[in-house]
Amino acid sequence: MNLVDKQLVQRRRKKRLFSNRIMRQIFFSASVFGIVVLAVLLYRIFREGLPYLDIDFLTSFASRFPEEAGIKAAITGSVWLMAVTAPVSVVLGVGTAIYLEEYAKENMFTRFIRMNISNLAGVPSVVFGLLGLTVFVRLMEMGRSIIAGGFTMSLLILPIIVVASQEAIRAIPNSQYEASYAMGATKWQTIRRVVLPAALPGILTGGILALSRAIGETAPLLMIGALSFIAYLPENIWSGFTVLPIQIFNWTARPQEEFHLVASTGIIILLFILLLMNSVAVLIRHKFSKRY
Amino acid sequence: MMNTVKDNKQLSLVSLKEKVQEETKAIYAVEKFNLWYGENQALYGIDMSIPMNKVTAIIGPSGCGKSTFIKALNRMVELVPSVRMNGTVKYDGENIFSPKYKVEELRTNVGMVFQHPNPFPKSIYENVVYGPRTHGIKKKKILEEIAEKSLKEAALWDEVKDRLDENAFGLSGGQQQRLCIARCLAIEPDVILMDEPTSALDPVSTGKIEELVQNLKKRYSIVIITHNMQQAARISDKTAFFLNGQVVEHADTATLFSHPEDKRTEDYITGRFG
Repeated sequence: MNLVDKQLVQRRRKKRLFSNRIMRQIFFSASVFGIVVLAVLLYRIFREGLPYLDIDFLTSFASRFPEEAGIKAAITGSVWLMAVTAPVSVVLGVGTAIYLEEYAKENMFTRFIRMNISNLAGVPSVVFGLLGLTVFVRLMEMGRSIIAGGFTMSLLILPIIVVASQEAIRAIPNSQYEASYAMGATKWQTIRRVVLPAALPGILTGGILALSRAIGETAPLLMIGALSFIAYLPENIWSGFTVLPIQIFNWTARPQEEFHLVASTGIIILLFILLLMNSVAVLIRHKFSKRY
Repeated sequence: MMNTVKDNKQLSLVSLKEKVQEETKAIYAVEKFNLWYGENQALYGIDMSIPMNKVTAIIGPSGCGKSTFIKALNRMVELVPSVRMNGTVKYDGENIFSPKYKVEELRTNVGMVFQHPNPFPKSIYENVVYGPRTHGIKKKKILEEIAEKSLKEAALWDEVKDRLDENAFGLSGGQQQRLCIARCLAIEPDVILMDEPTSALDPVSTGKIEELVQNLKKRYSIVIITHNMQQAARISDKTAFFLNGQVVEHADTATLFSHPEDKRTEDYITGRFG
């Protein structure tokens, strides 16, 4: 006697195959949705912004007249800010990751640090701005300077770099450590000559992605009081400054329609820089990634 | 007639004397050595001496503590955080677990080859000179000489001499393992510990490495773990049989394989268990 009812199976088959197809469509639409929205956004920005995009736009300071307005000061400010943020956050982040992965013993203190890093990653960026304002601008009397902004941004992206570096270090197989230690290498020699070279692609990728987040952040810098209208270039790290997203924010906040178009042009530049940084990250990952 | 008998007697006396001398030349003396991973005891009261310039094979079923034991000999076992031990392991007369003994110094004299080839993701040349560099040798000329000498000793030179700058990962498994042996020889150790060096290799590469071990024992003391009875019989002078964290039998290889004293040894080498 057959336990399997052939007729029932035949009847159900259609339904099974139908839901199989439907599911595929649902998941496909889900992924298309994001892309479509992005495409609409890009279309709008390029349509509005492209007419203003020329060399003058890159080489002029902000202006009261939309057709004369440029982002020279903002680009320079962003570059300065990155010049402070990148080394500070990478040194602190990689140092923390090395300590946690290589030296730290499992105890209260280590757990405390780990917990705080994940907490730090969840803190809204405005709070970092407040922190920067309190500690760097006021307490340490750095003023509304590039260095205060750079430090604040470093703190903001520190957790991202720590986590990326930790993962890069953890991906190194044990056999690599064994090979080095078995030859009488010290811990530091092993870290410098085996761990860091192997983890470098991961660290750089994580670092660049973190920096590309920092370059688009506005809130913390508004909090510490970065200026929005500057007609001079920063001279050193103690100068006042503005950055791309603040400049864009400032333009969109103006009543004149033309400035909204100028803002779109600024967004094009910002997107271009972000795309460039992400491509570099992808390139590094491809070029240096090592298989064991 | 009388003379020959006398000569024979003298000869046997001399060989006996040599034998005694040989046995006293131990590079490692392990005494009452116990080891735990957390709560699990892995080694029980190991007493064993390892002779100088000989090949000592360690055999035994998986999980019997062979690898743990060999890793204790260069203190690599300490990389496991939960490890505890007592008893002594003397290398060249000094207890390697005494607090003032420097582990880096021990590992400068005791090289290790692992079960799976583990070259660094660097060039062949950089792999070989990693050890000497680590120990502070910086002169390029000396490093190049070391690389050539070590690769020749490891019987790899002819295969790689034209591509020393290429990545070591481009080599075959057998070549990678010989590169790891060359890397180990480059620090000019006194002892080489080998943890199943041929288990991941094909028969041809295995043959090459066995041959290599035979050549190396003239100048190095070698401890080799193997799951292959024939290999142990072929290449070693002494064999130790481990079971459940204990040394069941430790004797001359010829004796152990032809007249094992312990029933368990006999069962194992004849393939009745394990």
